[in-house]
Amino acid sequence: MSSSEDIKSLLRERILVLDGAMGTMIQRANLQEADYRGERFADWASPLKGMNDLLSLTQPKLIRDIHRAYLEAGADIIETNNFNATPSDLVRYGLQDYAHEINLEAARQARICADEFSSDDKPRFVAGVLGPNQKTASVSVDVSDPGARAISFDELVEDYSLATRALIEGGVDLILVETIFDTLNAKAAVFAVQTVFEQDAVELPIMISGTITDQSGRTLTGQITEAFYNSLRHARPLTIGLNCALGPDELRQYVQEMARISEVGVSAHPNAGLPNELGEYDLTPEEMAEHLEEWAQHGFLNIVGGCCGSTPEHIRAIADAVADKRPRELA
Amino acid sequence: MSREVAMRLSGLEPFNINDQSLFVNVGERTNVTGSAKFKKLIKEEDYEAALEVARQQVEAGAQIIDVNMDEGLIDAEAVMVTFLNLLASEPDISRVPIMIDSSKWEVIEAGLKCIQGKGIVNSISLKEGEQQFIEHAKLVMRYGAAVIVMAFDEQGQADTKARKVEICTRAYNILTEQVGFAPEDIIFDPNIFAIATGIDEHNNYAVDFIEATREIKRTLPHAKVSGGVSNVSFSFRGNNPVREAIHSVFLYHAINAGMDMGIVNAGQLAIYEDLPTDLRDKVEAVVLNTHPGATEELLAIANDYVGDGKQADRQEDLEWRSWEINRRLAHALVKGVAEFIEADTEEARQAADKPLEVIEGPLMDGMNIVGDLFGSGKMFLPQVVKSARVMKKAVAYLMPFIEEEKLNSGTVSETQGRIIMATVKGDVHDIGKNIVGVVLQCNNFEVIDLGVMVPAEQILQQAKEHDCDLIGLSGLITPSLDEMVHMAKEMQRQEIHLPLMIGGATTSKVHTALKIEPNFQLDQVVHVPDASRAVGVAQNLLSADNKSRFSDGIKEEYERIRVERAKHGKVHKTLDIKAARANKPQIDWSEHQPERPRFLGVKSFDDYDLNRLVERIDWTPFFSAWELAGRYPRILEDEVIGGEAKKLLADGQAMLEQIIKEGWLEARGVIGLFAANSVGDDIELYRDDDRAEVVKTLHHLRQQDKKNNTQPNYCLSDFVAPKDSGVADYLGAFAVTTGHKIEAKVAEFEADNDDYQAIMLKVLADRLAEAFAEHMHERVRKEFWAYQPDESLDNDALIREKYRGIRPAPGYPACPDHTEKQALWELLQPEQNAGMTITESFAMLPTAAVSGWYFAHPQARYFSVRRVQKDQVEDYAERKGMDLMTTERWLAPVLGYDT
Repeated sequence: MSSSEDIKSLLRERILVLDGAMGTMIQRANLQEADYRGERFADWASPLKGMNDLLSLTQPKLIRDIHRAYLEAGADIIETNNFNATPSDLVRYGLQDYAHEINLEAARQARICADEFSSDDKPRFVAGVLGPNQKTASVSVDVSDPGARAISFDELVEDYSLATRALIEGGVDLILVETIFDTLNAKAAVFAVQTVFEQDAVELPIMISGTITDQSGRTLTGQITEAFYNSLRHARPLTIGLNCALGPDELRQYVQEMARISEVGVSAHPNAGLPNELGEYDLTPEEMAEHLEEWAQHGFLNIVGGCCGSTPEHIRAIADAVADKRPRELA
Repeated sequence: MSREVAMRLSGLEPFNINDQSLFVNVGERTNVTGSAKFKKLIKEEDYEAALEVARQQVEAGAQIIDVNMDEGLIDAEAVMVTFLNLLASEPDISRVPIMIDSSKWEVIEAGLKCIQGKGIVNSISLKEGEQQFIEHAKLVMRYGAAVIVMAFDEQGQADTKARKVEICTRAYNILTEQVGFAPEDIIFDPNIFAIATGIDEHNNYAVDFIEATREIKRTLPHAKVSGGVSNVSFSFRGNNPVREAIHSVFLYHAINAGMDMGIVNAGQLAIYEDLPTDLRDKVEAVVLNTHPGATEELLAIANDYVGDGKQADRQEDLEWRSWEINRRLAHALVKGVAEFIEADTEEARQAADKPLEVIEGPLMDGMNIVGDLFGSGKMFLPQVVKSARVMKKAVAYLMPFIEEEKLNSGTVSETQGRIIMATVKGDVHDIGKNIVGVVLQCNNFEVIDLGVMVPAEQILQQAKEHDCDLIGLSGLITPSLDEMVHMAKEMQRQEIHLPLMIGGATTSKVHTALKIEPNFQLDQVVHVPDASRAVGVAQNLLSADNKSRFSDGIKEEYERIRVERAKHGKVHKTLDIKAARANKPQIDWSEHQPERPRFLGVKSFDDYDLNRLVERIDWTPFFSAWELAGRYPRILEDEVIGGEAKKLLADGQAMLEQIIKEGWLEARGVIGLFAANSVGDDIELYRDDDRAEVVKTLHHLRQQDKKNNTQPNYCLSDFVAPKDSGVADYLGAFAVTTGHKIEAKVAEFEADNDDYQAIMLKVLADRLAEAFAEHMHERVRKEFWAYQPDESLDNDALIREKYRGIRPAPGYPACPDHTEKQALWELLQPEQNAGMTITESFAMLPTAAVSGWYFAHPQARYFSVRRVQKDQVEDYAERKGMDLMTTERWLAPVLGYDT
């Protein structure tokens, strides 16, 4: 199956639905330290609770169940569970040597589930995630030295190359560079992905999704939407869009802007509102779907889904809401 | 939904250029090759002020800023990274896209790794062939930048329309068809060359550019065209109104033809419609090359538009010989014409009551004009030195008459003050000091020059004896810094109440503030960064009215430096020596079998043929010695100093010819190649291939900076195979000079009051010595060590050090300890083998000399050891068998702690 051709033609036919939050669903399972460790990491020196990416190794069934719940709800594309799984991020848990395996397993679990649900009418796709990395290449880590950097471009390229190879090996259909708050990190990811494509003679569609961190309308590193778009246009992505940090209400104007300027597809997966005093996301599935339906009506969208706080119920409501909407026109 | 095709750039804000866009101005002042000020700030690591330059450009309307760090003495790659990282923290600058400008691909690539926005690479070309062009273009694309492609191919730079279009078309086809480059991200620079130069072939250059632009825009869809506009009017330098008119007319037509962007001084652009009709018509005829006489017709009216008081240089006839005498003297001084000076001086003397009046009247008036023009940046150092030559000749002619007059009347000439100058003990370098001396003399200071290697005691004694008003110290090598501190302490102890000026290549404001000023409170110490500042500083220090205000300002500034230093001194994170060693570069010795040199031992070269060295001369430092900033050959086309640079080069090359033909200089050298292995940070050299007997142990220092990326902590010994690896490795050493016999010739010039020629000879000798070092290194690579027998590189590639292996010199960044020169001297015996000696501060004699080590490993590279920590210094002292205090004194400039 040439899934990359499939998805390109599908994008012209309808708005595709991306899954929702992995973290929210893991939280529901109420896992304890021992659950995270499983047998394999029972004696690990540092605490592992909260290291969700590790669950691809220690609780693969839970991860598969979450994927299935989203596929059940109508998601066309599911995201692999490896958001922080680069060596330089994993080092916080001492897990850097497991980076390849975590990415590979995350891809495999998602692949298995997508294949279970895939049909000719409704093919399902796996997006291999390259997260933002906690260390950033263009922000100083030292107040007294604005030139200091916690990580270099080259190190990021090395990390992202490793992750990309493992994801491809695990069978993903797409590469999704997401939750970008430092565009230089994303440029390193794109550099790594394209280098791997060339060296290994493969090519998958790339999706790019940035994060506008607050109402200033800028990324963490200060770019406005169009500057962000211009910086990553060279990746020739399948889609470019925005996710995380804001709920649909706050994010709308920036998605509208992206829809105005983008020469490729546009994606959006906002949070389920802004977190309340307890850190929970309040937007109900119906409320969120109502917003996104309106976006679809205005022709902003080619791919839509949910980020923090969203659940299979949200995705089901969104999928229903956009099912009969025309996708944003592509050149 | 489809948008118009555009080049979509960004900083924090987007910047899109499409076919409807207005002409785009690229800011050019954050460029070390174009801005002396910016270069100085970068060299001094004054990044705050350097960022200010960038900020002002953006505020003044630059839509993109060009950043260039290509300068011989700057580690361009490291500085590019530092500057771009700092820029990223300044939202009001980083809002615009960045143009990363370098002739070195490594620098471009390092820069691309620092910018989150979409920038422009300036530039790539087909100069080195298609393969490299494609490789670089692919990477530019993958890093996400647009690119400027110079109209330059394997045959050279394109000058005609046909060649420009041919090269650009070829590049376009390769980029769009083979590389997959987005056509809207391609910018061509089809080369703007000077018109109206008097050479017929140049007359059509503007038309060639304009028509090539039209053709490129017509046939290569979405490609952009850019260029450096000021080149076109180069032959009218000195006549800004005409230049601006040319720029304006040129741009009017080039933009109509489709030119999209350019490096332009936007503030200096005349508006096409506002130009006087006559001027516009004549300029238009020249730009569009409408008929053969166009240049002459413009020249005929050009002087009517001279606006800034500067005569255009091309009026070089002898009309001035008919002027009245005082005006003639002033002209001779300003123009540096010595031809008629004695006759004119005699004529003036006869007209004057007393011979002294000629000096105090017309000659000083002329020199005042020179001083003013120099002070306001309208004259440059080589011109001033030529003026001084004329002045000295006139004064020398008058001296016998003045002496006679003095006997009769007892009058003495009044000067601005008496200054004693010297190069300090242990140091032999005097080009800079001599230049400062000349400039001061031009401004009516009396200068007593004590020469080189002058001990503090002698300077102070002479200062007292001559009742001097000011002391000026100079030095080039790092140990001289310490000698200057010693001098300050001595002045304090002996209660010498005189101001002190500090200058020379390794001196700095920071060192003066931190180490010299605190030791001397009886008068003011001032660091003088270059010759053009010396007069102002000396005048202020000797002015009854200004001195206290000036001195307070300096004191305040130095105090601020000390406070800043105390506050920020600890910003640099360091590693302990153990950790630094653990982070040494990883070299796989099983991968690389070192080549055995063709011979082991020492080989000397007598009376080396200078002809073989000429082609290896790097001319860029030749210009910087004369305080003309810019890279050769680009400097010759510089809008401001290009004219002087050309003249200076012509003078230099003429003298070079004489040097060779008449044997003014003699070159000698010695090299040695030895079996070697590293042991920790030391390198052992062995008697022979048995490696049983150690003849010498070399000691090296390791970088201790904590690197915030994957960079290792280097030490030169890393590039030699460790003893325990069992790999047989080698090391080379060399000492070369081109300075033999120079003293006689210099004395001859000085006797003739010709400082210009004396300084020129010294500068050329230095260049030849560097060329000798480069040439010898090449022979070592190809013939003697022969690890690259088939190397073939042009001079440009050699200057850019594209070959395998390095030749670091003791006392310079990779091995900053001058005392290691002792070991080099013991190994090579340059006294016997090349007639070269070293002073107690390890300066070499003759002065035009270079010495150092040869490392051949493919990964060997230059780096800089700074901020060495006490743990390493203690270890180093022990390895060397030197006491800690002595070691710390020699390493003072690179110590990362207070002693």
